[in-house]
Amino acid sequence: MIEIKDVRKSFSTLEVLKGINLTVNKGEVVTIIGGSGSGKSTLLTCINGLEPINAGQITIDGTVVHAKDTDLNKLRRKVGIVFQQWNAFPHLTVLENVMLAPRKVLGLSKEKAEEIAVKQLTHVGLREKLTVYPNRMSGGQQQRMAIARALAMSPEYMLFDEVTSALDPMLVGEVLDTLKMLAEEGMTMICVTHEMAFARDVSDRVAFFHHGVMTEIGTPDQLFGAPQHPDTQAFLASVR
Amino acid sequence: MFDTTLSWNDLAFLAQGAAMTLAVTAVSVTAGTLLGIIFGVLRVQLGALWAAPLTFVLDIFRSVPLLIQLVLGNAIQAIAKLGWAPFTTSCVVLSLYTAAYCSEIIRGGIEAVPATTRRAARSLGMTWWQDMRYIVAPLATRVSLPAWIGLTLGVMKDSALVLWLGLIELLRASQILVTRLQEPLFILLICGVIYFVISFPIARFGGYLEKRWSPND
Repeated sequence: MIEIKDVRKSFSTLEVLKGINLTVNKGEVVTIIGGSGSGKSTLLTCINGLEPINAGQITIDGTVVHAKDTDLNKLRRKVGIVFQQWNAFPHLTVLENVMLAPRKVLGLSKEKAEEIAVKQLTHVGLREKLTVYPNRMSGGQQQRMAIARALAMSPEYMLFDEVTSALDPMLVGEVLDTLKMLAEEGMTMICVTHEMAFARDVSDRVAFFHHGVMTEIGTPDQLFGAPQHPDTQAFLASVR
Repeated sequence: MFDTTLSWNDLAFLAQGAAMTLAVTAVSVTAGTLLGIIFGVLRVQLGALWAAPLTFVLDIFRSVPLLIQLVLGNAIQAIAKLGWAPFTTSCVVLSLYTAAYCSEIIRGGIEAVPATTRRAARSLGMTWWQDMRYIVAPLATRVSLPAWIGLTLGVMKDSALVLWLGLIELLRASQILVTRLQEPLFILLICGVIYFVISFPIARFGGYLEKRWSPND
């Protein structure tokens, strides 16, 4: 369970998260929508401790993320994150990209790491690309590789930060299909996205962020069907 | 009394000089590169402000002519009664000179690795060290290589200045032969050819590595 309690976060004088409260249960899929600069992506990087917070508390299965004695490297093994920019390791083949962390972080043998990597790459439909270097693949393929790379660590939670925003429109579908597949398999996910149809399809709950505040959260039917807050209504009207 | 034609002995003498050039270069480039990596990483980790004293010292080694550094270095070791041989003094000064340039090359290489790529590595649970070892080092090496090859070739030629401390390296050996044979153009031509023969494989090796890595970047 991920518990976010009254989290505040500022970049110098700009407060980007103004007291966020959100609890995500095991097996739940929560999507976060909202305009640019609403703090959605920042929240994800705070959840796995890539960014410090100014106030409040984030707890993952009882571990306080920003506590001084928390081993973030250990915590990150169970919280995978995939970014907007897929960030392939360009000097490694697709297989090596996915094998690296299981070998070096989890300390698995080469054979075991390869077995896991091949399994995850097959899962995201890249079985044919094992020996290829990332720059020889499309953005959609690289993004799916990044997803496989995170999954190879057997995380219990997955965070997706606008994973389709940097893709050509024609490549968005293949990546969203991969996310849908994960959601159906019961992965606990928090997805920041601009894909409203996707949010509606896969989410258990949808949260709307506006200027660092979570103005509304509810089931897809509630949020898309009958938004309560004027900001949510205005946003949804503008993206339709 | 003196033989005024080039003999096999003279060529052997030049070869000895070349061996000295190679020895000074190999020691200085190796030590200078190791130091340069340490200084380069330190400068990135500390940030511009905290690394300012280190940067300042390295700038001195980059700004003062090497000849002056060698002469001063030799004087300092004599005053400090270190009793260093000219070879040791030469290697120490050239290593620091190399390290000063190398730290810039390494810093540039590290900073060329996108922050987002490093963030992705850390988000997979890699430690700072694992990120440096498996992601930053290979990528920074690819970026730094051409400049580092240039530095190595430069240091090899600059190493001629150690003749001022009395070492008989390739250029000094050539000068000695010129004095005796009075054939400056011919001897310097041979000397130049030897420098080229030493440099060319290094340059080609760099080119080979660049080519091998380029399709993946």
